[in-house]
Amino acid sequence: MKYELIVIGGGPAGLAAAVSAYQNGLRRIAIIERDLQAGGILNQCIHNGFGLHRFHEELSGPEYAGRFIDMLPGTSIQLFTDTMGLEITKDKRVHCVSAKQGYQVYEAESIVLAMGCRERTRGAIGIPGDRPSGVFTAGAAQRYLNIEGYMVGRRVLILGSGDIGLIMARRMTLEGAKVLACVEVMPYSCGLSRNIAQCLNDFDIPLYLSHTVTDIRMKNGRLSGCTVSRVDEKRMPVPGTEMDFDCDTLLLSVGLIPENELTRSAGIEIDRRTNGPVVHENMETQMEGVFACGNVVHVHDLVDYVSAESERAGRAAAQYVLNGEASGECITLRNGACVSYTVPQLIRPDNVEKAAEVFFRVNRIFSASRVSVYSNDQLIAQYKREHMAPGEMERIQLPKALLDKADGEITVACEEA
Amino acid sequence: MKELICIVCPKGCRLKVDEENGFKVTGNSCPRGAEYGKNEISDPRRTVTSTVRISGSHLKRCPVRTSSPIPKNMMFELMDALNSVELHSPVKRGEVVIENVLGTGSDVIVTRDM
Ligand SMILES: Cc1cc2nc3c(=O)[nH]c(=O)nc-3n(C[C@H](O)[C@H](O)[C@H](O)COP(=O)(O)OP(=O)(O)OC[C@H]3O[C@@H](n4cnc5c(N)ncnc54)[C@H](O)[C@@H]3O)c2cc1C
Ligand code: SF4
Repeated sequence: MKYELIVIGGGPAGLAAAVSAYQNGLRRIAIIERDLQAGGILNQCIHNGFGLHRFHEELSGPEYAGRFIDMLPGTSIQLFTDTMGLEITKDKRVHCVSAKQGYQVYEAESIVLAMGCRERTRGAIGIPGDRPSGVFTAGAAQRYLNIEGYMVGRRVLILGSGDIGLIMARRMTLEGAKVLACVEVMPYSCGLSRNIAQCLNDFDIPLYLSHTVTDIRMKNGRLSGCTVSRVDEKRMPVPGTEMDFDCDTLLLSVGLIPENELTRSAGIEIDRRTNGPVVHENMETQMEGVFACGNVVHVHDLVDYVSAESERAGRAAAQYVLNGEASGECITLRNGACVSYTVPQLIRPDNVEKAAEVFFRVNRIFSASRVSVYSNDQLIAQYKREHMAPGEMERIQLPKALLDKADGEITVACEEA
Repeated sequence: MKELICIVCPKGCRLKVDEENGFKVTGNSCPRGAEYGKNEISDPRRTVTSTVRISGSHLKRCPVRTSSPIPKNMMFELMDALNSVELHSPVKRGEVVIENVLGTGSDVIVTRDM
């Protein structure tokens, strides 16, 4: 059977894309999900703070996912769980495998990539010292604790101030562990301010900025202590600043990497700044009829934005199947001063209804500041901000009229007001 | 004047609360922030999320939360109360696990169909 749309990944991105494609007229839709249930990372994010934009209610992760899962019955969307997507080919065949069905190849007219992210590991950041048990990525510890019901340790040090680490600091504390400190190599926190306030400050957990773990010790195969040192501007440890922590567990919250093996296997261009596919205004990748949304494109801190972006991808997939390829001149977006990337990277003004939404991140902390948009060195728009930080994704709307004025390329830059 | 970070939504506005002037809040981008700022000084509260034991499901833990924020100094007492709960599948999102928990007026509710 040939599907009009196959969605790979049944997290919030995949669910929203499938539902939106259905609402926009597609009927033969399948979602491929490797886990036993849909919902993605949200199932282990049992904390609250989801859905305030979307549902005007403060929900926990599973509740937010549940609202989308509940939309599937009553549609013709097929959800294949416990099924791993292995490869997609240039002629849009999706190869997958499951215990029940074995190896399957499905044909699709369009594809939405929604595989999410995975965590950066100790290997990826190169911490010296022993290799004992007791070192976990924060997300793995979150899964053990919240889904499997295992406590991973009693005296915990957290490296990295990403949101998952902060959330786990609170969670482990509430479950009776002693969280000694959170250590961050950058001079600013990488997580949301609200998580510093409610996960560290509420429990008097110290945050050491410009510090990192410089040694790991073990006893009988288990972590027995860590050395933490201050780092200089070049992020090199400063001798003589060592502090010892007597801990049995180290959680790493040092970033997420979009999971794009399938994207690469299809030969789709990846942006080195985001580690995700290059996308157009409608979330179409450089391969016609293949769209991408959610954390597989760039790391989001807010699931509400994931849902919005994914609905756009689902609608675009439906339009592609029903009306054919979107066309028109293409504007390239570039990151100017203090901006680390933009998504989308390409905009076709003919394909924009009212305005194109552009997400980006800054590479340092800003207080009162301006986001400036240039086209060929001409300032074409400016937006005010009270505060910006690398840990918080920024968003601007570029009206169609403005895009029509732009000449081939647009640069987004930030500066102090 | 007290400085706080609003934790109501991910925007994280920097609030200033004037204790001497009826807890007047500035720096908030929406009315929820004003309410939070005032409460945070006079009666700080938090929504608590955790898991409880469940049998008869493919997983052993079921996520729960308080239906509304409870006094901040009761968080650990609440965690203790959850230790004695055991659910049996099936449970539905929103189902009440403990009514009016510790007399707070807030219920503990299930957050995932299991
Ligand atoms: C720990 C943590 C805490 C967070 N806290 C908040 C918060 O408080 N508030 C908020 O708004 N947002 C929060 N977020 C952000 C939000 O949850 C994510 O942005 C969102 O879940 C991303 O959705 P996604 O569908 O892109 O990815 P995911 O949720 O990761 O879903 C991807 C899905 O694809 C599946 N998959 C991957 N590869 C394959 C394959 N090859 N074959 C089949 N299936 C595959 C995976 O199993 C998974 O189910 C948090 C994120 C994390 C990680
Ligand atoms: S004041 Fe309003 S917008 Fe600002 S963080 Fe609080 S709830 Fe969010």
